[in-house]
Amino acid sequence: MSSEINFMIGGEAGQGIQTIGYTLAKTLARAGLEIFADQDLESRVRGGHNFFRVRASDIEVSALSEKVDVLIAIDQNTVERHYTEVKTDGVIIFDTDKIKIDGKKINSLGMPLEKLAQEVASNKLMANSVAIGAAVAVGGYKFELLRPVLKEQFAHLGTEVADSNIKAAKAGYSHALANKPEWIRKPIKPMNSSRKMLLSGNEAISLGAMAAGCKFVAVYPMTPTSSILEFIAQKAEKYKIVAIQPEDEIAAINMAIGAGFAGVRAMTATSGDGFALMTEGFGLAGCTETPVVIVLGQRVGPAVGMPTRTEQGDLNFVVYGGSGDFPRAVLAPRSVEDAFYITVKAFNLAEKYQIPVIILTDHHLATAYQTVNKLDLQKVKIDRGELISEKEAKSMTEYKRHKFTESGISPRVVPFIGGPLVVTDSDEHDESGHMIEDAETRTQMMLKRMKKMDGLEKEISSPRFHSRPNAKVALIGWGSTYGPIIEASAILEKEGLSANVIQLTELWPFPAAAISAALNAAKTSVVIENNATGQLAHLIAAETGIKPTMSLLKFDGRPFSPAYIVEQIKREVTLDGEYNRLRTGDGHPVVSGMR
Amino acid sequence: MVSTTDYAPAMAIQWCPGCGNFGILTAMRRALVDIGLEPNQVLMVSGIGQAGKFPHYVHSHVFNELHGRPIPAAQAVKIANNELTVIAFSGDGDAYGEGGNHFISAMTRNVDITYIVHNNQVYGLTTGQASPTSDLGFVTRTTPQGAWEPMRPLAIAVACDCSFVARGFSADIEHLAGLFKAGIQNKGFSCIEVLQPCVAWNHKNTYDWYRQKVYKLGEDYDPTNRASAFVKALEWGDRIPTGIIYRKSRPIFEEHIPAIKESPLVKQPLDPMQFEQLINEFM
Repeated sequence: MSSEINFMIGGEAGQGIQTIGYTLAKTLARAGLEIFADQDLESRVRGGHNFFRVRASDIEVSALSEKVDVLIAIDQNTVERHYTEVKTDGVIIFDTDKIKIDGKKINSLGMPLEKLAQEVASNKLMANSVAIGAAVAVGGYKFELLRPVLKEQFAHLGTEVADSNIKAAKAGYSHALANKPEWIRKPIKPMNSSRKMLLSGNEAISLGAMAAGCKFVAVYPMTPTSSILEFIAQKAEKYKIVAIQPEDEIAAINMAIGAGFAGVRAMTATSGDGFALMTEGFGLAGCTETPVVIVLGQRVGPAVGMPTRTEQGDLNFVVYGGSGDFPRAVLAPRSVEDAFYITVKAFNLAEKYQIPVIILTDHHLATAYQTVNKLDLQKVKIDRGELISEKEAKSMTEYKRHKFTESGISPRVVPFIGGPLVVTDSDEHDESGHMIEDAETRTQMMLKRMKKMDGLEKEISSPRFHSRPNAKVALIGWGSTYGPIIEASAILEKEGLSANVIQLTELWPFPAAAISAALNAAKTSVVIENNATGQLAHLIAAETGIKPTMSLLKFDGRPFSPAYIVEQIKREVTLDGEYNRLRTGDGHPVVSGMR
Repeated sequence: MVSTTDYAPAMAIQWCPGCGNFGILTAMRRALVDIGLEPNQVLMVSGIGQAGKFPHYVHSHVFNELHGRPIPAAQAVKIANNELTVIAFSGDGDAYGEGGNHFISAMTRNVDITYIVHNNQVYGLTTGQASPTSDLGFVTRTTPQGAWEPMRPLAIAVACDCSFVARGFSADIEHLAGLFKAGIQNKGFSCIEVLQPCVAWNHKNTYDWYRQKVYKLGEDYDPTNRASAFVKALEWGDRIPTGIIYRKSRPIFEEHIPAIKESPLVKQPLDPMQFEQLINEFM
């Protein structure tokens, strides 16, 4: 039986919610626990209501729990909104001088946070650190776990600030132990003692890009991928990377393509509407066979939608987007750790096949923090494909950038002084890269480009399967929903409904054979997606000719929780795996859910 | 020694006989040879329009971009490999219409590339619609009541503190070649607009029309004076100035990028293991 503890920190934007949450997550990670943490933010800089959730467990977790053990309320609004989510043996940490919980059935671990901060650190602004101290105490952990984390967290503000915050935290820690010993828990024992990394999805993508040798990043800021540019820009001087914030997304992708043509690994990142501006560049990369990696962090659409909320609504867009036909790859990481390795793969595929590669993530995964095994740089193999070295290229008298070959891949030379001339064109062109209009060359060139899909198909990994011996139901998801689906399937299993899980992470070229087999083996198949129309379900039908039984859809801007999936599946599917058509009546195989 | 024959077209030229672009082609070949640049030292990037075809008619490295997008790619190529001489080509629609945001941003950013804008005041490739620089009242199929107020792009260039702003006339090849040479040799973003008659679609702004109006800025003109540069950049009527309108010595963007201080980006080795320390920071 696994053990876990769930924290929620709530307050207004600008009240330091994120710092409290991250510090707690880091401390618990140092204690050896597995962490999943996420932020629920409004699209504003000050005010409103934000919360940060931290789930810590002795087993790997990649989804959130809906119930809270420790609620840290920085404002009254947090109490009003969330006190009912606290478990009966849970507690609330709050400032007794500012916040009232009168008449609410909730266990109080209130203390004068600001007053304590003022007393020990002469600064009431350090009240948040007092709260962190109290939270660590409730978890039953030693203060010595928290001290170095605070030190690192505040290092950039100087030793004095760090020390004052440590004093403040210690005051909260001691106050909790002295005054509320009844709420101090036995610490959860980690199952394995090796230290892990605490990383967000965007950090994993950034690290993956850097490790893969990305030298050029051009990003126009857009939630939720701006932090990729921020992260890389901060490290750019040290690691010799060019990080540019251009005038718009159109410039961003065309710059990345220009850099790719020049011979460096290049990337851009955006969200759905930014990608809308990039689609002509997407096609340009396809036509000119220039490698480029595009990170698309999905958020609620259409149009501006809800900028700080999550969705999986851009699958059709990346698979079918762009004018005309051209080869592409679409990879959708299922977890923070996966995001690192999949990014490395994206750069290799982009150069090997000289194509645009999309990393399709979403707000949820981009901003969630997760503990991951130390990223293994030994596993990062840079494969630049058929890239001809300068030395070899110098002896060439003539070079055809788009030479017809068996694989469709034309050996690549980049433009350099003393080398053969490298010519490419956004117009249809011949092997030498010069524009043409004749039917024969056009046909041959299109076939050549599309031929690359054959090789690419073999590179696509099978979906992630979790098979159960007696399963009659297949739960199919893609990308970031992996955590909640896996956890939901474990709960369903305990409740007598056995289901296999098939999670797609490499979506295009579509792994049709593997999905067909899974669908044929299942009595009932449920496609679970964060969008309104069942985009993966349609893709499955189009690519395999098999229509999944039903879709479980959610498009309220919030991620799936395991409990929500369990509840919906149990409503629609019987214990022996029959889809309950009678209940739905009209046979319309869609459950549209709002939380 | 490089000669103009080294820059002979790589494919048959598709421009109309008498097109103003031919003068630009001759002047550019001459300028490249004058500077002593070999074809493989030069990368030409172009947009779409009749000007977009330009690089195909000059032997060099070529990246023919989308409509309006040559400058983003040209800047990136230069940043990725600053050993190359990068020249971008657009028409008036490509540069001032579709690519307007890139145009102003690039002049402000000041990457060391040269931008040639073929301005014939009409859309050629799409067969004769009005352009951002069409004269007031210019009647086309899309502007039956006549075109509305034209843009004065060189004034925008001066406003952006563009490090080299010039205008040439495609029938004055000698003068134009000199401007190209000066622009390519200028350290910074050089914008050279070339008045280039369209014999197919613009029967107003003809060779004769331009010949009557263009004049060369004299030696007494000081292109480093921004106020007088504004005056010249806005002058369009009975007299149209050609020559170097504005010059400003400014730090180039490449100097602002630490990553390329020691060697071109494209020549730097890739080593995943160098990130071990960074990975450890997350433990």
